[in-house]
Amino acid sequence: MTARSNGEVQEAIADMLADYGHLIDADRLEEWLDFFVEDSVYKIMPRENVVKGLPLSLMLCENKNMIRDRITSLRQANVYNIHVDRHVIGRPRIVGEEDGVYSIEANYAVFQTDQDGMTRVFSVGQYVDKVVFLDDGPKFKEKVVVVDTAAVPTLLATPL
Amino acid sequence: MRNEPDYTWPRDDFSRIPYGVYHDKNIYDEEQYRIFRGPTWNYLAFEAEVPNPGDFKSVFVGDTPVVVSRDTDGTVHAFINRCAHRGSTVCREEFGNTKSHVCVYHLWSYDLAGNLTGVPFRNGVKGKGGLPKDFDLGCHGLRKLRVEVYCGIIFGTFSDESESLAEYLDESVMKHLARLMHKPIRILGYQRQYIRGNWKLYTDNVRDPNHGGLLHPFQVRFGIARLTQWGGALLDRRNRHNISFVAEGTDSDEGAAEAYGESSAFQKDYGLADTAMLELRREFGDEITLSILSIYPGAVFHQIGNSLATRQVRTKGPDAFELYWTYYGYQDDDQEMTDHRLRQANMAGPGGLISMEDGEAIEIVHRAILREKESHAVVEYGGRGEIGSQDCLVTETPMRGGWSYYCELMGIQADKAPS
Repeated sequence: MTARSNGEVQEAIADMLADYGHLIDADRLEEWLDFFVEDSVYKIMPRENVVKGLPLSLMLCENKNMIRDRITSLRQANVYNIHVDRHVIGRPRIVGEEDGVYSIEANYAVFQTDQDGMTRVFSVGQYVDKVVFLDDGPKFKEKVVVVDTAAVPTLLATPL
Repeated sequence: MRNEPDYTWPRDDFSRIPYGVYHDKNIYDEEQYRIFRGPTWNYLAFEAEVPNPGDFKSVFVGDTPVVVSRDTDGTVHAFINRCAHRGSTVCREEFGNTKSHVCVYHLWSYDLAGNLTGVPFRNGVKGKGGLPKDFDLGCHGLRKLRVEVYCGIIFGTFSDESESLAEYLDESVMKHLARLMHKPIRILGYQRQYIRGNWKLYTDNVRDPNHGGLLHPFQVRFGIARLTQWGGALLDRRNRHNISFVAEGTDSDEGAAEAYGESSAFQKDYGLADTAMLELRREFGDEITLSILSIYPGAVFHQIGNSLATRQVRTKGPDAFELYWTYYGYQDDDQEMTDHRLRQANMAGPGGLISMEDGEAIEIVHRAILREKESHAVVEYGGRGEIGSQDCLVTETPMRGGWSYYCELMGIQADKAPS
């Protein structure tokens, strides 16, 4: 593995998060999928369950195939509110590193805009992620979206 | 009624619903008194959520805040979460454990049953101020609900005139609850969903087995619930509650494809890369693989494969409600089974692969009917006239049962159906 300075790591992860949010907002979920390694967990947890030590999530993908299936279901099966997402993601904090696996945290806000052009705060929370560096850049080994906005407005279709 | 609304119920089989009742603020206020605070029994919580003396949980009945409290002798109480002094919220936390409930405003203190036990400076200072000498603490407790527990499920009613819980639920519902609660449960977590629609659009939704095999393509595609499967709806003797049920594996993909024809609900040309979620583990010793039990007014108990949860409808005015989901498994589940239930929880809740559509369906109805007070929804799947249990899924008759009880509670007289 190439040696990276802290600054390079920080910048690479920040760039990845920016692209991550952009690809969801642009409805390019099939490309968004490439940010995850095959055995990556993707999980959306209400903060109140995390605080209580309860395991239930709002969305649970135990591997990349289950993330794929979420996208398939969105494309083929699910009927949901017609909307545009807009992610605003804060600067990631690198909170630890072990054997090349970086633990990071970043605040996020997702605004949702409907067909009337009305925008609401859809979800606010924190990404609690594990990131590894592969040849083609940083990837999520685990991504846990801890949602403060536990009362999901209307429904949760597109990933956060 | 105090505020007599002018809506017509043109048929006494409740096959027409005036849209105005989904938007009217006067109707909403009346519902709080006549339904939620009336002679209904409301699902409050599981005993497993307040297992120890002093445990409490804050919930809602309609839009009334209620505390469920476990007393030192193990008894479960429920009372309105509003101080008897000046009306502030007494119990501000959602969950907790306490020796007494003390209001932060003027420190009135209540025991675990909601009785007022102490007020500071009752006699004032140096003979001045304080409460009158004849002030009786015994007359100023928190407003209590009557509580009954069945199979570890806590129900409450505001009315002294309510029938017993057993009579209210009736044999069919009690049997189904006993089935779900056949061994000690373990809480897995909570989900919340805030839907901008009237609460009755949701109680309609859970009494409408027909929509399940049309609105929710995911469960149609993977044979989790299809209108071509064996299923039906079991109503209690007064048609207030409903158990919609389906048995997976009682139709074929080919037969379903033929029956659904060109309908958009059944697309066969995609699959899942990981099918672990679809795995069904039979655990109830019967054929039912999916069941949606709705207890009037605002409770739902669902079994979707091995995902088990309750839903509590918490009204937020005529134009919104919160759905509060409580997921559980059994205490003797091993880690593998718990993981399986958590995996299958993907199918329900606000982000559920099966259930997310309901949030959208309710909002698009609520928006479209705003100006249609005197128009009516048509409820004729399953036929007109007599209301009763159904032996197929292409029916919305259970909705008519719910509305018949609604009109009874609200004192609404429906017109006779045209012959």
